[in-house]
Amino acid sequence: MIQSSYDSVIVRRIGAILVPLVQLFALYVLFFGQYGPGGGFVAGVMIGTSLIMDLLVFGREGKAPTAAERALSGDGIGLVVFAFVGGLCLIGGGEFLNYSDMPVPGIDGASRRYVGILLTQVGVAVDVAVAAVSIVFSLSRDDSLGVPHE
Amino acid sequence: MTLSYELPLLLLLLLTACAAVLVKDLISAVLILGSYSFFLALVWAWLGAPDVAFVEAVVGAGLATVFFLLTLLSTAPKDTHIRRHAPPKAAMLLLPLLAALLLYATSDLPRFGDPQSPASVHVSPHYLKNSLADTRTTNVVTAVLMDYRALDTLIETAVVFTAGIACWLLLRRDVK
Repeated sequence: MIQSSYDSVIVRRIGAILVPLVQLFALYVLFFGQYGPGGGFVAGVMIGTSLIMDLLVFGREGKAPTAAERALSGDGIGLVVFAFVGGLCLIGGGEFLNYSDMPVPGIDGASRRYVGILLTQVGVAVDVAVAAVSIVFSLSRDDSLGVPHE
Repeated sequence: MTLSYELPLLLLLLLTACAAVLVKDLISAVLILGSYSFFLALVWAWLGAPDVAFVEAVVGAGLATVFFLLTLLSTAPKDTHIRRHAPPKAAMLLLPLLAALLLYATSDLPRFGDPQSPASVHVSPHYLKNSLADTRTTNVVTAVLMDYRALDTLIETAVVFTAGIACWLLLRRDVK
């Protein structure tokens, strides 16, 4: 189903404009999540959706599928980032996920919590994006795509 | 409370929900479900929850629709019509009773927008007052999700990860 690029110049043209726009907006949502609506979950879904759109429009010839395929082996990296930030707080001498004990020199507790929120949001975004793309790869039963060959 | 646009919104919500269940063609049902999510996102925005509205619009109307469509397209596309049976008599009798019971229970809920409701006097005032000084984060929802309740969010992230892994394990092809 998602073997080759979609056979319509309109769809491909619109996709070429829309995919980078969605990704840019996803980054905005991710890093603006502390000041407005949005955050890791939404940004992750948007990044995942943009990769899926790229996959459906451009097929295997595009750049995104190879990136997505490579990202699939990183399933769980987002979770590791999240838990690692929590573990950093343990190293800093506090409780798990209490960001004010994160060993970041030069800033006070509130700013450390700000940095902690930012880092964990990136972790959530990566986790959700990879999960979304991986589910699409699983759903599209295709010989040459998705599941790495053993 | 003005009812100029809330009432049509709620009516559209009900209409799309019923249509998604009743329509025969599954692809149409998926698309109607996407529009239902969109109306639900507008309702969340009206209730003053832009974060939830954002998630509903992106996940419900966007990602879930794509998943449903991909599932329908990669299963047998010609057999997308449901065969309907009449519901059993017990269900016809019990479901209205259940609905009446739930409607009766709503009379005990706090009034809409009540500042003295239990949900808004327990821990919310603390978060609203202190989140900016504690975390330098103006969006209280993000502060609660990512800082005060970070462990919950960590487990939620683990749930998303598990969903991805489970789909991969269940749906993968045995390529030798």
